[in-house]
Amino acid sequence: MAIFNLKINKKEYQVDVDPSTPMLWVLRDHLGLMGTKYGCGVAQCGACTIHLDGKAVRSCITFVDSVGDKEITTIEGLSENGDHPVQQAWLEHDVAQCGYCQPGQIMTAAALLNEKPNPSDEEIETAMNGNLCRCGTYVRIKEAIKTAAKS
Amino acid sequence: MTLLKTTYNRRSFLKSSLAAGGGLLIGFNWLASGCASDAPKGLVIPDEWFEINAYLKIGENGVTTIYSPNPEIGQNVKTSMPMIVAEELDIDWKNVLVEQAPLDTSKYTRQLAGGSDSIRTTWTALRMAGASARHMLLVAAAKAWNVPVEELTTEAGGIHHRASGKEAGYGEFASAAAEVPVPEEVELKDVGEFTIIGNSKKNVDGLGIVTGKPMFGLDQKVDGMLIAMIVHPPAFGMKLKSFDATEVKSMPGIKDVFSIKVYNDDYERQWSDTTSFTEMVAVVGNSTWEVWTAKLMLNVEWEPFKEQKYKAAGWGGNTQEVTVPGGLESTSEHKKKMIAEAAKKARVVRRDGNPEEAFKRAAKVLERTYTAPFLAHSPMEPMNFFADVKEDSALLRGPIQSPEFMEKTVAARLGLPLEKVEVEMTRMGGGFGRRLYGHFMAEVAVVSQKMKAPVKLVYTREDEMTFGIYRPMYHAVYRAALDADNKLIGFHVKMGGIPENALHANRFPAGAIDNYIAESWAIESNISVGAFRAPGSNFNAAAEQSFLDELCEEMGVDPIQFRLDLLKRAQEDPVGENNDYDAARYAGVLELVREKSGWDTDSAGKNRGVSAYFCHNSYTAQVVDILMENGEPRVDKVYNANDCGIVVNPDAAVNMSEGSVVDGIGTAMFGEITFNNGEPNQNNFDSYRLIRHAEAPKKIETYFVENDIHPTGLGEPPYPPVMGALANALYKATGTRYYHQPFIRNTFEV
Repeated sequence: MAIFNLKINKKEYQVDVDPSTPMLWVLRDHLGLMGTKYGCGVAQCGACTIHLDGKAVRSCITFVDSVGDKEITTIEGLSENGDHPVQQAWLEHDVAQCGYCQPGQIMTAAALLNEKPNPSDEEIETAMNGNLCRCGTYVRIKEAIKTAAKS
Repeated sequence: MTLLKTTYNRRSFLKSSLAAGGGLLIGFNWLASGCASDAPKGLVIPDEWFEINAYLKIGENGVTTIYSPNPEIGQNVKTSMPMIVAEELDIDWKNVLVEQAPLDTSKYTRQLAGGSDSIRTTWTALRMAGASARHMLLVAAAKAWNVPVEELTTEAGGIHHRASGKEAGYGEFASAAAEVPVPEEVELKDVGEFTIIGNSKKNVDGLGIVTGKPMFGLDQKVDGMLIAMIVHPPAFGMKLKSFDATEVKSMPGIKDVFSIKVYNDDYERQWSDTTSFTEMVAVVGNSTWEVWTAKLMLNVEWEPFKEQKYKAAGWGGNTQEVTVPGGLESTSEHKKKMIAEAAKKARVVRRDGNPEEAFKRAAKVLERTYTAPFLAHSPMEPMNFFADVKEDSALLRGPIQSPEFMEKTVAARLGLPLEKVEVEMTRMGGGFGRRLYGHFMAEVAVVSQKMKAPVKLVYTREDEMTFGIYRPMYHAVYRAALDADNKLIGFHVKMGGIPENALHANRFPAGAIDNYIAESWAIESNISVGAFRAPGSNFNAAAEQSFLDELCEEMGVDPIQFRLDLLKRAQEDPVGENNDYDAARYAGVLELVREKSGWDTDSAGKNRGVSAYFCHNSYTAQVVDILMENGEPRVDKVYNANDCGIVVNPDAAVNMSEGSVVDGIGTAMFGEITFNNGEPNQNNFDSYRLIRHAEAPKKIETYFVENDIHPTGLGEPPYPPVMGALANALYKATGTRYYHQPFIRNTFEV
């Protein structure tokens, strides 16, 4: 166990956990931030996606002792009230079915649009391919990303 | 306007008191944040609530909370069921809040997610709930205004007396309405009067989902809660021998390690108690990572068993004794056994005319074999459940498709009376049938009882994917007899499976062909199976619809016209009895997809396949268009035509159809669980392949047949046929017929 000081969603947190604890479980078990989801634990499904200094990473394989000073953004911190353009586009297109994968999809999409404000269909598919949706909302997700890109 | 007697579960209409605060949901902070939908913009939460019946309460300002009775699995009944209540209540959807109802068999019927049946089985009860509440408001207003109730009308939450010009919102009379006796008869709207049903409404949990609110079972956290994980045998055919927890017990954050018996020895299992491993080791501690780390270090010894027996409730109330065979099974053996069994005599399930004679005199016989592997449901949220078991009561909460059944299991396991066990349903991160089998509820209850603490049980993806309760492995041989004029004179389907087959003997084309025979066989196994999205249909649609395609090619006829001609026969002069489909409606979806896909006019240069199917009371026809991209097939477009009667929430219905299409393509192309000496070869998404963004169709168009038939299901019907349409389109694109799923391998070689 060791003390780690973390910057999450523009706030300072301190946790006392084993250094090998993935950020996914630091967020969920120790900080009560449940928006970041567990789906596979081996970076195959993308449900655990967070931002580290604005870049999308899979928190299930991002160990707490590797974060250091970097700024973490989780789905809870993407916006104040769900008014990030990606979240708004998700609501406009009523994307979700069960909804479990969607925070991870949104985080990956938000990071993509930060880097490529106007992605092609192929670029969307490539960037989003690590995020599984078992309910099959892929077609809607693509449309929502294109809508968010326009705004 | 229809008059309906309120005989449907009258207890639903027992009013509770005028007490404010809502009697049904008290004190659980987690529930308040997780289970209530987000309030629409501008909606003001009332100071006081008045319970009108089990389905709704109205605030003094007219804002209404509607309880959604069925478990939410992503089929969005949490939006569509309240829509139906709101319609007959006649309120403005803008003033509606939705809450998940708890399990309460005295108030609600069939709180189950399965069979694509939520809307179909509750359609009338929901309408009655809304209509009777509306009636009670009118009676209260009539009394207050001293006018005949017949002179009052409602509109979107307002009551009007035209003659005098008096008007008021529902909120004004909610308190008085709660005292009005439940009416014997209520008026229901005509379909043509609907203003909410048939108009798309956004998912009531949409905002919570996109902002990461804790809504799923896995998101639960209460003070003093411990985390538990299980360790199960690595292979089917094995059981617990011994374990050594000395080291693990002293690891950081670990509270205890012990073996658990999931069911008592003499327990008679219900259908929902299906499980694979009834003796496992539980590791309990403070946090998920600590428990997981300890679990991986645990020394456990397993040993093969000769056979296992248990009691099960049989159909018709008697008790069956079930024997699970021992043995460490491998897929190579499965395949060999299937090939051997398929060649033997099987059980005749249906026989019309004289099929043997027809095949004898046939000028040509077409015979093809289709297979599909075991599948793992793999919903995105892994299995989990919460329990807080006290001395004489228990609270369980989590993702479960069959709460009414599992409540009984838990009560029996804990030795508590049923009324002392409470079950609350969280939102589910998918299910597909896997969460019908709530063994994890018995498991967490046992752990919580032993630990005397609230416990959340978490399955890792590896735990779950190797746990079983799979979709069975299937084999089908189709034969068609053609005479010298290339006319179809006989049809033979022989379906087998491990441990069950997929035969639906009374489905099309039974009823349309004079000489028809359907047979079945099965090979026993210790690999456990359960209902998987569209059981049986999820294989036989693919096999049957691709066989029909190949048959049409042989006969030189158009695949859609061929089916329509057979359906005409089934409608006008059906063969045999118990034909399990409405031929006219089946033809309807084919005609709709033919029109919308431009089948007759727009097919040139396209690699298209068609398919149609009936299951779970609804009809679907699909056309799949495939493009070759860099020598690889890619699904370009899918046309989806559904007949599910009245569509309650159109955009959500489109979403679900699209999802079924994507899921079907993924299943047929990639899904596969195989075994080596009882051990599954796949344990996570690196080895078990699911369809991803880049493999989804580029475009999906969905259409609905418009009619006034009472709503039927949509969670399952569009899923099976797309696999047949895909196989047929792939043939056009590649010149190869696809017989064996997963299509990326397309082989049944041992």
